[in-house]
Amino acid sequence: MSQRLAKGGRLIDRTKPLTFTFNSTRYTGFAGDTLASALLGTGKSLLGRSFKYHRPRGLVASGVEEPNVLVNLGEGDRLEPDQRATTTELFDGAVAASQNHWPSLAFDVGAINDYAYRMFPAGFYYKTFMVSTWAWHKIFEPIVRQAAGLGAAPRRADPDRYEQAYAYCDVLVAGGGVAGLMAALKAAKEGKRVILAEQTAHWGGRAPVDGGEIEGMAPEAWVKKTLEVLGAMDNVRLMTRTMVAGVHDHGYVIVYERVADHTPGDDRPRHRLWRVRAGVTKVATGAIERPLAFAGNDIPGVMLASAVRDYIVNWAVSPGEEIIVVTNNDDAYRTALAALKAGLKVIAVLDARPTANGPLAEAVKAKGVRVMPGHAVSKVRGKSKVVAVEICKQESAGEVVEVLGCDVVAMSGGWSPVVHLYSHAGGKVLWDEAAAMFRPDPARPPTGDKAQPIAEVVGAANGALTLTALCAEAGLAGGAEAEAPLAPVWVMPAKAKDKLKFKAFLDFQNDVKVSDVQLAAREGYASVEHTKRYTTLGMATDQGKLSNINGLAVLSEALGQPIPQTGTTTFRPPYTPISFGAITGEARGEIFQPLRKTPMHGWHETHGVHWEPVGLWRRPYTYPRAGEGHRDSVNREIVNTRTNVGLLDASTLGKIVVNGPDAGKFLDMMYTNMMSTLPVGKCRYGLMCSDNGFLIDDGVVVRLSEDTWLCHTTSGGADHIHAHMEDWLQCEWWDWKVYTANLTEEYAQIAVVGPKARMLLEKLGGMDVSKEALPFMTFKEGELGGFPVRIYRISFSGELSYEIAVPANMGLALWEKLNEAGAAFSAMPYGTEALHVMRAEKGFIMIGDETDGTVIPQDLGLGWAISKKKEDYLGKRAQARVHMTDPDRWTLVGLETLDGSVLPDGVYAVDEGVNENNQRKVQGRVTSTYYSPVLNKGIAMGLVKHGPSRMGEVLDFPADNGVVIKARICDPVFYDKAGEKADV
Amino acid sequence: MSEMMTGAVSPLNGKTIATGFATVAEVGLKGMVSLRADLGSKALAKALKALGLKTPAPREIVTEGGRSVAWMSPDELLVLCGYAEAAGVATDLEKALAKEHALVANVSDARAMFTVAGARADEVLMKLCPVDFAALKPGEMRRTRSAQVAAALWRSGPEELSLICFRSVAGYVMGLLEVSSRKGGEIS
Amino acid sequence: MLTLTCPYCGVTVEETELYPGGEAHLKRFGPGSTDAEFESYMFARKNPKGVHFERWRHAYGCGKWFLAARDTVTWEVFGTYSAQTPEPPAALVATIKQKRPGWEGWK
Repeated sequence: MSQRLAKGGRLIDRTKPLTFTFNSTRYTGFAGDTLASALLGTGKSLLGRSFKYHRPRGLVASGVEEPNVLVNLGEGDRLEPDQRATTTELFDGAVAASQNHWPSLAFDVGAINDYAYRMFPAGFYYKTFMVSTWAWHKIFEPIVRQAAGLGAAPRRADPDRYEQAYAYCDVLVAGGGVAGLMAALKAAKEGKRVILAEQTAHWGGRAPVDGGEIEGMAPEAWVKKTLEVLGAMDNVRLMTRTMVAGVHDHGYVIVYERVADHTPGDDRPRHRLWRVRAGVTKVATGAIERPLAFAGNDIPGVMLASAVRDYIVNWAVSPGEEIIVVTNNDDAYRTALAALKAGLKVIAVLDARPTANGPLAEAVKAKGVRVMPGHAVSKVRGKSKVVAVEICKQESAGEVVEVLGCDVVAMSGGWSPVVHLYSHAGGKVLWDEAAAMFRPDPARPPTGDKAQPIAEVVGAANGALTLTALCAEAGLAGGAEAEAPLAPVWVMPAKAKDKLKFKAFLDFQNDVKVSDVQLAAREGYASVEHTKRYTTLGMATDQGKLSNINGLAVLSEALGQPIPQTGTTTFRPPYTPISFGAITGEARGEIFQPLRKTPMHGWHETHGVHWEPVGLWRRPYTYPRAGEGHRDSVNREIVNTRTNVGLLDASTLGKIVVNGPDAGKFLDMMYTNMMSTLPVGKCRYGLMCSDNGFLIDDGVVVRLSEDTWLCHTTSGGADHIHAHMEDWLQCEWWDWKVYTANLTEEYAQIAVVGPKARMLLEKLGGMDVSKEALPFMTFKEGELGGFPVRIYRISFSGELSYEIAVPANMGLALWEKLNEAGAAFSAMPYGTEALHVMRAEKGFIMIGDETDGTVIPQDLGLGWAISKKKEDYLGKRAQARVHMTDPDRWTLVGLETLDGSVLPDGVYAVDEGVNENNQRKVQGRVTSTYYSPVLNKGIAMGLVKHGPSRMGEVLDFPADNGVVIKARICDPVFYDKAGEKADV
Repeated sequence: MSEMMTGAVSPLNGKTIATGFATVAEVGLKGMVSLRADLGSKALAKALKALGLKTPAPREIVTEGGRSVAWMSPDELLVLCGYAEAAGVATDLEKALAKEHALVANVSDARAMFTVAGARADEVLMKLCPVDFAALKPGEMRRTRSAQVAAALWRSGPEELSLICFRSVAGYVMGLLEVSSRKGGEIS
Repeated sequence: MLTLTCPYCGVTVEETELYPGGEAHLKRFGPGSTDAEFESYMFARKNPKGVHFERWRHAYGCGKWFLAARDTVTWEVFGTYSAQTPEPPAALVATIKQKRPGWEGWK
């Protein structure tokens, strides 16, 4: 049974006990514990169930590579699934629960899958679910949905805050072990700006556990000294609990800082995502020990040898009392030594190599431990914990030569450099046959904007697996015991029979066994990328940290080819999972995205507005009063505007000033109609097309002075139309003397609309707004009611209308004054829906309704706004193309239903017959449709084939539920056809 | 436009938040005049001199006697002055550049201006802008992005940064600055 | 995420401050051009594996368009230059030829 040792534990503080809960039972650990060490310290070894077979699982590792013990952490709004116990720092009051079992961890019904393992081979899902789509929808999908996933998704909003930060440095060192510290110190001494990031809460990596000597000091003392030096340097930022998640193009590095995971609720942001630009990333990410693939290697109590000694040395936790070490290398002997030093019993060391006589092996032998070269595990006995090991010769099919009792198996299959960060941005790895590992190829690093390497690898990540090699690489004196070479062991025993391979796991998290990979090879999966997807090897949260190399080697063996020929899988960021909160950063709630507000926004809010999003703006849709539905209030606003006077916040309208000696020439290119001839003081409606001919924007252009025009754009269009103008000025006609300025936000704009509009303005006083002084389609500057304004006589409603521009900071005051003075004339604010209905009643098009990126002005009956005289304008050449001049193009008409009802938006008019795909032919579609309260019937506009020549014809519009609505083609102008009301 | 100041209110009416690890404030009404012209022209130099300023170098902001002029692009400057004098400054510039190809526009009402003050002011903006603040010198104007919107920022004092954004997103920017300056969020 | 140096501001900015504008050095064909000329201008675009010339706008900065030459595979940036340049500067072309001996040229 695992237990806390009476003394030792370099990372724990026994004077600070912490209480935590696991599966509703309270336990105690110490400050410095991880959830994993604390659980192990309480005697718990069964800590989870595997994903597919629901096999009992315990801890395998002590760090980020842990595949098994993923827990639901926290509760309520802080519940987070799939948290690795090995990287979760213990804090007082922590609450955790195991996952993937029902009804309980000890008795899990899903474990039936384990007995049925022959039914769940590699590719089971593909093979089974492809049988029939009926079976998928009715049988399999509901079951899979129930069984899918490991942890429970939180159901409440996350109460914590998250943020991001940008940082810049010359050298980013990923990994705070000895190699990382050495690299950081070297760069810092050269005066470089250095960031050193360590994913755990502790510096020094493996060296303090594994021992040796650096510059005459024990590793722990050397680490302490080096940190003191680095900490005193201004050009160094030291970060613990900070994981380098990904290295991207041009040295963009995503770094994940777990600021307050261990101190929840302390008002600090929980995570901070750093967006670092690093000249070079020094990858000092160390190496990960490989498991050995033998039968029963997933039973709780079978652990990586390095993890066993980590638990003993770092946290004074013994995973058991009687240990068997099984290895193919010398390093694992350190586990035997650490266990012996802690007073534990080492039953035997099974060394798969034919001889075992390196200094470490000799040291173990000297302590009286039985070392068995050439031996291997045939099978581990036990169910939810290790009971004994059946021993065989490595060069055998698994015939048992001896059985030894134990409760811990410490396995080591060698080490794999962590090359992920080197690979993310395109760095290549090569296979090192002697050391049986992939190591970074220094000749093919990921490169940056100047073709320079943006990542370099140091230490164990570079294949310098021993302290001796690592010190030599860094040019420092130091090292540890010499190690004899390892012997690659991919399957244990070498000729294991099928029965053993069915229980020899390669990927613990995804339940992929040696037999599955061999089956995939037999079924023709030759590519490692395909095999990975077929078997799920190396997928999910651990991304194959333990399984990749073993899986690849087994596949290569099965395919009868060398490992490098099979290749390696692509490593993708993030190195370990990062939180969605960190990715979101500050962008949530009120500042999820920028909300653009007009100066009158607050007024609308206090006057019961219902908003309509228009781009990032919020515009009043309508202002419902007590007891009114939106339709009622829209109708009221329309009728009032057409009868009395309405007020519209039109501030969002784009306002771009175009100035210069060539401004007229430029605008003639921008608009389809002639703008250079517009007299000073006058307004003209204009259309803008892309050079591909399609209508992109419209608005009223005003000539302010001899060389200055003001172009109004749609609300959503201001920014991109301004950019469109600048694009042509900067990149095509750069010798033309034209300047533009986007003054959209400089002015609040208020439309005063309706028969009583003039009376209202006259009441404010200060300007002559008579028909004579300020005729239709002209403008005037002056002072209205004490406000400096520019008034345009333009109308989008067909009514007498004044659009008043006032400096934005005075917008609210003018708006309030107009509302106040307007009371005498029954003035009311109206919203965008009333605006839309009124423009539709007048047959005015709306960009985004009548246009969709495929419509040219000619389709909309706007030929009158296309200059025939101009040699060129943007879109002119395109509009001459065959398809654009096709007489069969759908063209704008009005539509009125025979029964006065409102047509559904976007419905199509059907034609006789079917097309080549056997679909009913269509001949038109509805682009705008509304109820007109003034006409008391539905009105619509649409694009119809040969539309204008088919007046009076009735079309069929199939709607939902088989209903066919009949509508007659008519003139799109429904209201005041003569246009007498606006020009008064 | 006239000198009338009827009911002029800045976007956030001078809202200040002093509860964080840096103080963030909307500075209230501020005069701003945008100027597009040939930045090498003598008439421009003369016009700026009349305002007590000089033509800034690329990415420079020059401050003299309560007024500033910032380089915004190869053919654009921004003059910062008192709100009430902006219209006059615009008129003066227009007159001085009447013979040049130039565009002068009073943009005082189109923008919002903020200050972030305190020893840790940089840390607030580090969270929002892809800018190397260690390399941002006094007198440098940096146009960039603050989270999702355009911003221009510079060091306006020993422990103070100023930031200009569009008026319509003043509330959004205040929200950004508030959450980024919240206590506990200091970058150690 | 790439970084480019704006030739006007002299500041190196990241992609989020820029707006992409596609292939550079296109010649506009207007009224009077043949269908083939118009098609090549409006629709046909190079998609090279290697050296490419692109338009970028310093959208969150000075607002100016500029041009960049870069390698679409390695992301090496050979240089950035003013948008008011009808064809790539000779010095830049020479640099690219030296670094990419097999390069066919920009046209």
